[in-house]
Amino acid sequence: MPVISLTVNGKTCIGEVEPRTLLVHYLREQLNLTGTHIGCDTSQCGACVVHLNGASVKACTVLAVQADGATITTIEGLAQNGQLHPLQEGFWQQHGLQCGFCTPGMIMAAADLLQRNPHPTDEAIRRGLEGNLCRCTGYENIVRAVRYAAEKLRAPTGAASEV
Amino acid sequence: MIPCPFEYYAPTTVAEAIELLERFGDEARILAGGHSLLPAMKLRLAAPAVLIDITRIAELRGISTEGMVRIGATTTWSEIEGHAGLRRAVPALPEAVSLIGDLQVRNRGTLGGALAHADPAADAPAVVLALDARIEARGPTGERSIPVDGFFTDMLTTALQPAEVLTAVVMSPLGAGEGAAYVKYRHPASGYAIVGVAAYVKLTDGQVSACRLAVTGAGPMAVRRSGVEHALLGTDGSSAAIAAAAAIASEGMDILDDLHAGEEYRRAMVNVHARRALAAAVERARSRI
Repeated sequence: MPVISLTVNGKTCIGEVEPRTLLVHYLREQLNLTGTHIGCDTSQCGACVVHLNGASVKACTVLAVQADGATITTIEGLAQNGQLHPLQEGFWQQHGLQCGFCTPGMIMAAADLLQRNPHPTDEAIRRGLEGNLCRCTGYENIVRAVRYAAEKLRAPTGAASEV
Repeated sequence: MIPCPFEYYAPTTVAEAIELLERFGDEARILAGGHSLLPAMKLRLAAPAVLIDITRIAELRGISTEGMVRIGATTTWSEIEGHAGLRRAVPALPEAVSLIGDLQVRNRGTLGGALAHADPAADAPAVVLALDARIEARGPTGERSIPVDGFFTDMLTTALQPAEVLTAVVMSPLGAGEGAAYVKYRHPASGYAIVGVAAYVKLTDGQVSACRLAVTGAGPMAVRRSGVEHALLGTDGSSAAIAAAAAIASEGMDILDDLHAGEEYRRAMVNVHARRALAAAVERARSRI
């Protein structure tokens, strides 16, 4: 079996995988990082979004062997030193979730969106999250949460204004 | 959903990839971004015994806009979408690419993969047909350059030979008096084109001196519509001339009929989107003089 080496949330992880193992299964079942969810399993819903070399991808549509040598960030790697990432804080403050199933993927997709466009309009936020489905919120509060994080990331020392 | 077992190879040169294709023949499939192939394998609609991942071949990736526009086969949609040189040279391409799937799909999917896969509802085939690109491919007997007109031979079928690797897509940058555009009627759930039309127009002294129109989504494969092209040639590109030419866009065309759009409706949408694409291309050609 091929042996792959990944840097996941800053840690080097070396392991044997069957070539057909999907990245999402490797993360969840071999590395026990169950924050990345499996929703539709058909690259539609975005519950499994992680960052692969800095870009958001649907981990249900990437083979673990394709990621050999890559740097992966999952939802577990977003908070730093016990401090929530502004997106995590935004989803909390703005009630960007109900059941929470879509939230890890939603946050990882939003993080990619904000690194590409730090000043997104509401329309750009909606377009950037096109690949993520939420069956609870109706998206309004998710857009607010991303807007909150965008403001906070632009002014890292001050608190985000209430929106 | 888990694919059937397969052997995985990740060659670092095109020569190695060709050797593997020769060794395994029909058993092998090339893997690029995997955003068409892996979903098909997970659904067990495809079960290749061998996957040859070409994304570790450095020479297949990247964009050059010095002189001719050259895009390596494994260049991702996101790289194309965000490339400033492409936005100047062939703006219709990055614009069309921004309408593909979603951000995560565009971060993985590749131009070469989409063209070799030849999905009937993919966007890129229409755009490269309208831009009259050439497909570069390398096989056991060497390299060849294939005109894209004729490259798509049937549903999910291309002119590539069994042991050939699609290496790059090459096209001319647009010059003075040239304009191109892609308009898409997007399926609201899947994001695929129900109908997509790409148009290219060249104006010389206020007259249409060259025109190419290509349709995707509507039939089993992306096709040029030469009747429309001939009808617009020599006209002034006015809205009346465009309307007359676009009205025959779906004439004689092989049109799909499925639960998303019936044949008659798709046929009508081909004409409507042909008119819009031609109008946008003419407007751009006028502004580039």
